[in-house]
Amino acid sequence: MAKKEQIAATIKSVKEKVEAVKDKVDQITGDPATIEAVDAVKNATVKIAKAVKAAVENKDNVITLAEAKIPEGPLAEKWTNYKAHQKLVNPANKRRLDVIVVGTGLAGASAAASLAEMGFNVLDFCIQDSPRRAHSIAAQGGINAAKNYQNDGDSVYRLFYDTIKGGDYRAREANVYRLAEVSNNIIDQCVAQGVPFAREYGGLLDNRSFGGAQVSRTFYAKGQTGQQLLLGAYSALSRQIANGKVKMYSRYEMLDVVIIEGRARGIIARNLVTGKIERFFAHAVVIGTGGYGNTFFLSTNAMASNGSAAWQIYKKGAYFANPCYAQIHPTCIPVHGAFQSKLTLMSESLRNDGRIWVPKKLEDAKALQAGKLKGRDIPEEDRDYYLERRYPAFGNLVPRDVASRAAKERCDAGYGVNATGLAVFLDFSDAIQRLGKDVVASKYGNLFQMYEKIVDENPYENPMMIFPAIHYTMGGIWVDYELQTSIKGLFCIGEANFSDHGANRLGASALMQGLADGYFVLPYTIQNYLSDQIQVPRMSTDLPEFEEAEKAIELKIEKLMAIQGHRSVDSIHRELGLAMWDFVGMGRTAEGLKEALKKIREIKKLFWSEVFIPGTADDLNVELEKAIRLADFIEIGELMALDGLDREESCGGHFREEFQTPEGEALRQDDKFSYVSCWKFNGEDKEPTLIKEPLNYEFVKRQTRNYKA
Amino acid sequence: MEKTINITLKVWRQAGPKAKGGFQTYKLENISTDSSFLEMLDVLNEQLIGERKEPIAFDHDCREGICGMCSLYINGHPHGPDTSVTTCQLHMRKFKDGETITVEPWRSAAFPVIKDLMVDRRAYDKIIQAGGFVSVNTGGVPDANAIPIPKAKADEAMDAASCIGCGACAAACKNGSAMLFVAAKVSQLALLPQGRVEATRRAKAMVAKMDELGFGNCTNTGACAAECPKNVSLSNIARLNREFICAKFQD
Repeated sequence: MAKKEQIAATIKSVKEKVEAVKDKVDQITGDPATIEAVDAVKNATVKIAKAVKAAVENKDNVITLAEAKIPEGPLAEKWTNYKAHQKLVNPANKRRLDVIVVGTGLAGASAAASLAEMGFNVLDFCIQDSPRRAHSIAAQGGINAAKNYQNDGDSVYRLFYDTIKGGDYRAREANVYRLAEVSNNIIDQCVAQGVPFAREYGGLLDNRSFGGAQVSRTFYAKGQTGQQLLLGAYSALSRQIANGKVKMYSRYEMLDVVIIEGRARGIIARNLVTGKIERFFAHAVVIGTGGYGNTFFLSTNAMASNGSAAWQIYKKGAYFANPCYAQIHPTCIPVHGAFQSKLTLMSESLRNDGRIWVPKKLEDAKALQAGKLKGRDIPEEDRDYYLERRYPAFGNLVPRDVASRAAKERCDAGYGVNATGLAVFLDFSDAIQRLGKDVVASKYGNLFQMYEKIVDENPYENPMMIFPAIHYTMGGIWVDYELQTSIKGLFCIGEANFSDHGANRLGASALMQGLADGYFVLPYTIQNYLSDQIQVPRMSTDLPEFEEAEKAIELKIEKLMAIQGHRSVDSIHRELGLAMWDFVGMGRTAEGLKEALKKIREIKKLFWSEVFIPGTADDLNVELEKAIRLADFIEIGELMALDGLDREESCGGHFREEFQTPEGEALRQDDKFSYVSCWKFNGEDKEPTLIKEPLNYEFVKRQTRNYKA
Repeated sequence: MEKTINITLKVWRQAGPKAKGGFQTYKLENISTDSSFLEMLDVLNEQLIGERKEPIAFDHDCREGICGMCSLYINGHPHGPDTSVTTCQLHMRKFKDGETITVEPWRSAAFPVIKDLMVDRRAYDKIIQAGGFVSVNTGGVPDANAIPIPKAKADEAMDAASCIGCGACAAACKNGSAMLFVAAKVSQLALLPQGRVEATRRAKAMVAKMDELGFGNCTNTGACAAECPKNVSLSNIARLNREFICAKFQD
């Protein structure tokens, strides 16, 4: 700021001086040629000054490579170089440092356990009754790693390349390369912990393939890979709880971060059982609270998954990056009633053997919609395997965004196969013929059972019906290469950050990123920060900063409780979800996004005037918990729409209908939008500032994603 | 076409851990048989909020049968009358029109009620903390394929590991024993070479912790495995007993 003022003053004084010289020349000569010459000098000077001023202003809104802390050197050496030169904390000093970790999913639990093993004192928080229940547990299909155990041509570079390409060239090269590099360590670590990955008869690990890759690099534990990996991290965490190095706070919800002299120094959390607001100090704070997919109300996220911790730190100054990048997963069980509370995912691994189709003839689709036909009644020649038709090279294994949009395209054209017209078939009849029912059952049995329990139809006999649903958010809190946010001492890991997936995440990469951050990245990078903090004594939570943060929370809760309107939290959340799905969903337009902003602002007003929360704030109160989260979801939805409106291109999960090829594929605008959109909070109901982190592709040549050939 | 039923619910309400609880009766009409049991409770809660009453507190989260958060003792069965499912996967098509459904929290000395249908299951975490892990730190471990593991063993370990820690086994047991939960973890790790190293120590420590926390003894009635939503097998208890006896002999 001081710099800006200085420049403005210089420009002003230059202008005045030129003006004075001109006057003098006027008085002395009156010679038109001299006057013209002086005028030219004056204009040129003003132009230069303006350019300088603009450059300085613009620079304030750009994040440089140095600010993103991307290490120098060739891609494959950056992480090695970083580790070789970073600062470490010696064992005696580690004991004097406290770290708060919020969340116990793959990222949070692995980080908390690893930091504690190293000797730091960790305070870990989760909203569930046990750290083992974080939503990572629901991940089904698998985890990627570049082991190349299948000898099918995989390598660290190929995993890096597939991830960059899968993300539609909107991720940082250095981060993604590091992710691919540490992926192999994750598999080693999990096996050592006793994670029962699937094995071949020879006793070695089995792999399967996932969307967006032409190699089999996905490790899995039945259809419960997330569960097994999380239980591995949870067991490591439990060991440290028993050692006294982690203090676990379950059924606690973080409501704000406490900043002292520009550094994160603790959190305010609500004890969900007693309703008591409590204060916690630490030398650094790590947020690992997952994504904000539940903004849409109906999603594959767990009921309590929320974006509030991320939103609170955004409001304290951490940038929110790429909020509009949300992933819509192609294989979910379709919506079936107004009472529905969530959507159930069917693992992407099903696309290994299942074939996706709709009828070729519109009259067949109509008959399916009316319930007069079943999928199995339609003869082979009348089926349109549209993914195989449109994308011969990848077929049913195209990335998620491509598969979702293709399903929407067919359903929009009237070819949907259920009563609502919003479903396509995922058919295993070929696989059952080829492999036999037993083999199919051994691979996907638990998923088939889950489907049958929900839909009441046997998927061995009649093809499954699926439709896209909100599943994951690639956007999140902006972090530098060290996973530190724009607030010092505040780190963000896992789905909660924006870092590695660009505009679209590949299947089996979320587990990889969560564990990479928690086991192998943060435990290094956080030391680079903490090494400066060894002299900082533990602070009292009676400091005014804690006091003020707690007071603000109490006022907010009082305000919410006092509304006493006539609408339940869920009924308003459903309304928000509909607006999001209709206008900020799979196909977005400028007009629709403006409509979304209008609607969301109306919903915000409705919420703050009409919500009704029964009970009291100083007790277990589930409606109050939901209301606090919904207040944030509404604002997150607004920022998603704003970001989507700003990004005038189609890339990955962000599809602007105005920007597509004649074949309906996403059309990126690299010359204009090759940057990370980082939003900076400017105060309640004020427009946030857009700060750009340019994405410079040094090592990979950007191409139009092609899954056809 | 969507089918609907009318039901009567008898739900345990209890304001807090020390408050006196009791059943309250609610009538619900036009419940879609396609809705899940928890979605039916959502409908009831919306109705209660509409009447400006406090909704029923119950634990739930993923609603796809994997997080282990949902509980509920429904018509005398943990997770209700259907087999191999958690409460969140139980659908209303399993109930008849006009039926009265009784809903209670887990009943077990080691799982005290927090509010209404919500209980405190931290005892399970404490048992895991006593030894339900392999003592390795992050980093410095051998290559994942360094030790081959027979597929049958790995699959068996996976079956044991599918336990979701919901507490149905202890809730179903007339003695309130957590044996199936403990046995599942002990088995998973004992079957794998990585966990074999400290198998006996683990079995002893986890059983000792289970006893200390007020869980009852196992008398092999098998109610736990019958009610387990993940079909964790009784054979795991036999394996735990074997580990435990070996450990005692070594002492």
